[in-house]
Amino acid sequence: MKYLDEFNDPELAKRLLDDIHATVKQPWAIMEVCGGQTHSIIRHGIDQLIPDQVEMIHGPGCPVCVTPLELIDKALEIASRPEVIFCSFGDMLRVPGSGRDLFRVKSEGGDIRVVYSPLDALKLARENPDREVVFFGIGFETTAPPNAMAVFQAKRLGVPNFSMLVSHVRVPPAIDAIMQSPACRVQAFLAAGHVCSVMGTQEYPPLVERYSVPIVVTGFEPLDILEGIRHTVHQLERGESYLDNAYARAVPPEGNLAARKLLSEVFTVTDRGWRGIGVIPDSGWRLSETYRDFDAEYRFQVGDIHTDESAVCRSGEVLQGLIKPHECAAFGTQCTPRNPLGATMVSSEGACAAYYLYRRLNTPSTSQREVASIG
Amino acid sequence: MAEAVDAQPLDFEGWACPVPLRDSPTIVMGHGGGGQMSAELIEHLFVPAFGSSPGGLADSAVVELGGARIAFSTDTFVVRPLFFPGGSIGHLAVNGTINDLAMSGATPAHLSCGFVLEEGTELGIVGRVASDMGAAARAAGVTIVTGDTKVVDSGHGDQVYVNTAGLGLVPSGVDIRPDRARPGDVVIVSGAIGVHGIAIMSVREGLGFGSEITSDTAALHPLVAAMLAVTPDLHALRDPTRGGLATSLNEIATASGVGVRLVEKAIPVPAEVGNACSMLGLDPLYVANEGKLVAFVPREHSDAVLAAMRAHPLGGGAAIIGECVEDHPSMVVVTTTFGGTRVVDTPLGEQLPRIC
Repeated sequence: MKYLDEFNDPELAKRLLDDIHATVKQPWAIMEVCGGQTHSIIRHGIDQLIPDQVEMIHGPGCPVCVTPLELIDKALEIASRPEVIFCSFGDMLRVPGSGRDLFRVKSEGGDIRVVYSPLDALKLARENPDREVVFFGIGFETTAPPNAMAVFQAKRLGVPNFSMLVSHVRVPPAIDAIMQSPACRVQAFLAAGHVCSVMGTQEYPPLVERYSVPIVVTGFEPLDILEGIRHTVHQLERGESYLDNAYARAVPPEGNLAARKLLSEVFTVTDRGWRGIGVIPDSGWRLSETYRDFDAEYRFQVGDIHTDESAVCRSGEVLQGLIKPHECAAFGTQCTPRNPLGATMVSSEGACAAYYLYRRLNTPSTSQREVASIG
Repeated sequence: MAEAVDAQPLDFEGWACPVPLRDSPTIVMGHGGGGQMSAELIEHLFVPAFGSSPGGLADSAVVELGGARIAFSTDTFVVRPLFFPGGSIGHLAVNGTINDLAMSGATPAHLSCGFVLEEGTELGIVGRVASDMGAAARAAGVTIVTGDTKVVDSGHGDQVYVNTAGLGLVPSGVDIRPDRARPGDVVIVSGAIGVHGIAIMSVREGLGFGSEITSDTAALHPLVAAMLAVTPDLHALRDPTRGGLATSLNEIATASGVGVRLVEKAIPVPAEVGNACSMLGLDPLYVANEGKLVAFVPREHSDAVLAAMRAHPLGGGAAIIGECVEDHPSMVVVTTTFGGTRVVDTPLGEQLPRIC
């Protein structure tokens, strides 16, 4: 099982870094869209190795972080019901709703199970015909195909006790919304490679054209990210903007046609609320009319739950790259991974948790202190 | 908002939960995860009730009794599944308590065992657990001298829970404690990390990783004896079980008030563990071990101790992974393969697999 070492080679990394350092002449702000990329950047210390002029802004690409409070509250309500087995990916369990999280519901008797695939939840439903099995279907275009497959199979096999609470989000409308923000500072994007491996790249040229912003499809291993940054700064320094694919080994221009066909069958594009940002038009998927019977919001009639976001938490501005996490007054005081106010503090991919965990404080006094103390 | 930031300077160095357990009136799984939530439960609930132990919060307490220095420890095992590749709850129950004693430098001698059995559990299962415990005890040269059995209603337990407690003699001149690490100490790990946790996960979650990974459960006192034969002046030892190597290193860094500086590429992570972790979104530094130790050794003895470890069957994969420094006290910092740095923190509760 050796498939990643090639993309962790320090010698090759040094060559890419040398190229990036030689290329960059002026300050640039680049947003990496995906939380997986944020995680990799912080975990490998890439943010410290690139030139000081290049600022990486951590984008809204952590699916756990952008799931709206209202939907978490719906999940908590459904998971509390005695007839329900509520299945979720692990890191959704600690995301705070209004006063509770799924761990609390579990400790109060809720039957909550961590699964690694929505198909495991479907299997549970077939094994427990007298229980209602609900899967929390969150994520970007990456997790959408397996979730679509689970619903597709539930209908095909006739598993009436399976349903899905869907909060799928789509990347291109989010990029559009970020670029439309009057305070937008982003000058280029590293697009999420795995999203593109599903959807292809045809959604991006219109964004490049509309905003004259370079977009570079980028992978997740350290060398992939450095290669993406290298492609980006070359475009920026030359004053160019085009869609570039620095992750061609995984991303064909057309994406995964079978997955896209399944997605268009099972899901319909819808407006979607993003935690801390608000509603972005056409930025999500819900189950299509054909699969409405499998929609947990409909089945458990939780459509009436409406929740306002925290007034203190500025995660929306963090997600849009308008402020750094430590510029929020609640950061590290009222809001910590132990007691997150906003979802960006919850997941290790969330920008605030990553800052907190790794103490990546870019305020002059603290960063100098940190450099001095670990240098 | 900018004024508010200035008015509330961030102080990460001494951060602790100011109002204990304020957000959960009930026990949640994280309280048993061996991370910050476990530590808070001990600090804010158990220590105020019991009074603090003179020996601090080490893996085992060292008490004076009739002129002898005795290490005393207890551990409870709630493993699911009961039997897994490379071992069972029986092996863990014996080796785990032996290792807690060994981390004080003690020679383990006697164990007690307490069983909580669930009504309806097959006798054959209990028999296999007992048989594994007997075999592990004989192999380690300890005796199980007293015990207790309770049965709970069906549905109120997970077949078999085991508690063991153990006693061992600490040789004179040996003083191994989590607060004795000093700047300059060399940090040595006894072999490949993360193996037990991934072995358990591969069967618990039904995840096949292409090759079978077996638990590393082992009694470590013979390895500790070989190290003590080089020098009695080992500063700190820990067996990184729940919470993994990262948690053990943080505990020692905090107790001793030293910084720990790791070199990522020196940390022995087997390819199977590394690949499984990258698939699941876990970090090998936080994955459990059951047959490994991490040692803080004075620099002048480190080469000889490392050689003695490598010459021992339980330490063949031993490696120097870092050192103690005066900088960043109580923090663990790793230099990444690429030359960047990141802080390795204590996990909050259970490590949660990431979604993507």
